Amino acid sequence: MPAFKKIALILGNSRWLSPLVLLLLWELGSRSGLIPERTLAAPSAVLATLFDMIVSGELPSNLLVSTVRALIGLAIGVSAGIVLALVAGLSRSGEATVDPLMQIKRTIPTLALTPLFIVWFGIGETPKIALIAFASVFPIYLNLYSGIRGVDLRLIEGARSFGLSRSELIWNVILPGALPSLLVGLRYSLSVSILVLVVAEQINASAGLGYLINNARDFMRTDIIVVCLMVYAALGLGADWLVRVIERRALVWRPSIVGQ
Amino acid sequence: MDARLSFLAAKDAIPEAPVPTAPPLVKLEGFNRSFGANTIISGLDLEIADGEFVALLGRSGSGKTTLLRTLAGLDDPDGQSVQIPASRAVVFQDARLLPWKKVWRNVALGLRGPTGAVRIKAETALQEVGLGHRLEAWPLTLSGGEAQRVALARALVREPKLLLLDEPFAALDALTRLKMHDLVLALWVAHRPAVLMVTHDVDEAISLADRILVLDQGHIVAQERIHAARGERAEATRGLRQKLLAVLGGSAGKQGGVIPFPQGPLSHEAAI
Repeated sequence: MPAFKKIALILGNSRWLSPLVLLLLWELGSRSGLIPERTLAAPSAVLATLFDMIVSGELPSNLLVSTVRALIGLAIGVSAGIVLALVAGLSRSGEATVDPLMQIKRTIPTLALTPLFIVWFGIGETPKIALIAFASVFPIYLNLYSGIRGVDLRLIEGARSFGLSRSELIWNVILPGALPSLLVGLRYSLSVSILVLVVAEQINASAGLGYLINNARDFMRTDIIVVCLMVYAALGLGADWLVRVIERRALVWRPSIVGQ
Repeated sequence: MDARLSFLAAKDAIPEAPVPTAPPLVKLEGFNRSFGANTIISGLDLEIADGEFVALLGRSGSGKTTLLRTLAGLDDPDGQSVQIPASRAVVFQDARLLPWKKVWRNVALGLRGPTGAVRIKAETALQEVGLGHRLEAWPLTLSGGEAQRVALARALVREPKLLLLDEPFAALDALTRLKMHDLVLALWVAHRPAVLMVTHDVDEAISLADRILVLDQGHIVAQERIHAARGERAEATRGLRQKLLAVLGGSAGKQGGVIPFPQGPLSHEAAI
């Protein structure tokens, strides 16, 4: 009896039990016909489809298209965000010029610009990349800008007392001091870029995850839709992992990381 | 016997500071500094000779730090008569090491020249403060005393004519502080910069300095020169200690009976 109780306690406290039960119920519902396949495919069917799509190369090739889209948009957006934040963060007149524009930009929901971008850039790759770039500018800008402005004044003063020139001060003190904020911004930008990727890919795509989903919808292939949702989730996890790796390398001086 | 005194007794030969006859290294005449309506320093005259060790005593808010910032060149003198040497270095109360640079790179900060030569200079300076083994450490892993020693090395590697110490040992425990006193004296003897040490610790001032200034409400209200050798001060300066404490404490209400001392070096025969 105590052994049984112990097992019950472990099961009651485990965090993976409820998702597992949900999956099980879902599978049972599908098998018994309670959940029709056109509503939602069974987990086993989804796994089988995932396997098939990997083997046939359909998933890797479309995933590559989507990833490249996100990365190009992100590269443009992050670069622009860094440049704007440096201009606004390092000079008063730069701040007066750039910051109001960025605050105006912030009030416009990026996805609301989709129709305008289609009018401007057509329905090819350009509007998709432009949307991702446009959306990922702001988190980088805001975090790096406030990071630059938030660098410990005592450190700046200490460095100044040793006769560092302005450019040396920026390179040795201000930029390293703002780096943790930049990485927070990067983390936000990555997740925003995946969010926008999902919507942007619905614009008449001929390849990519969005194209797969759109196609699957037309054929009511809910299994493929679920596979694509899983891939989007994996992309988000991957992005998070990437930033954590960068952080671990770039911020080795932090005691929490030093101590590990 | 006091730990610091026993240390000093071992090497008694610390030479006395030269009596200022040559043109002074630092010269302030009628210096004023105010922020808005707040006058921090008014009509202050100060001279520091080459190689002289001066302690600046004062309570919080007496203008010590403002004066030090001016001497460090951190505040613009606004066209006032301020003469400071070009080569100077500051050690702050908080070591102000850049946490993202390894210890030796912090010491080498702002040094010009090929990396190899700069690194050797930084290494030498760190060995001098007893931290030759922590070259590659991250600053946030150092203890308070170690960080302050790195800050000293960082200041001395520039071979400054004027070394400014802004309450550098205030945050350290008593034993570490005494060790730091010894270290500072040893470094001062080896390099002979002029030193201005801001402190609120009378004993620290007495055991280290050639000359002690007391600053209150922007004025120098007392000035003492100590002639006794550093190892023999405990007895010789008992009267001075009482006097300085009285000046520091008594001026709280402004009419606490403080007689402002005339400017200029006032000789105090400590062995009374």
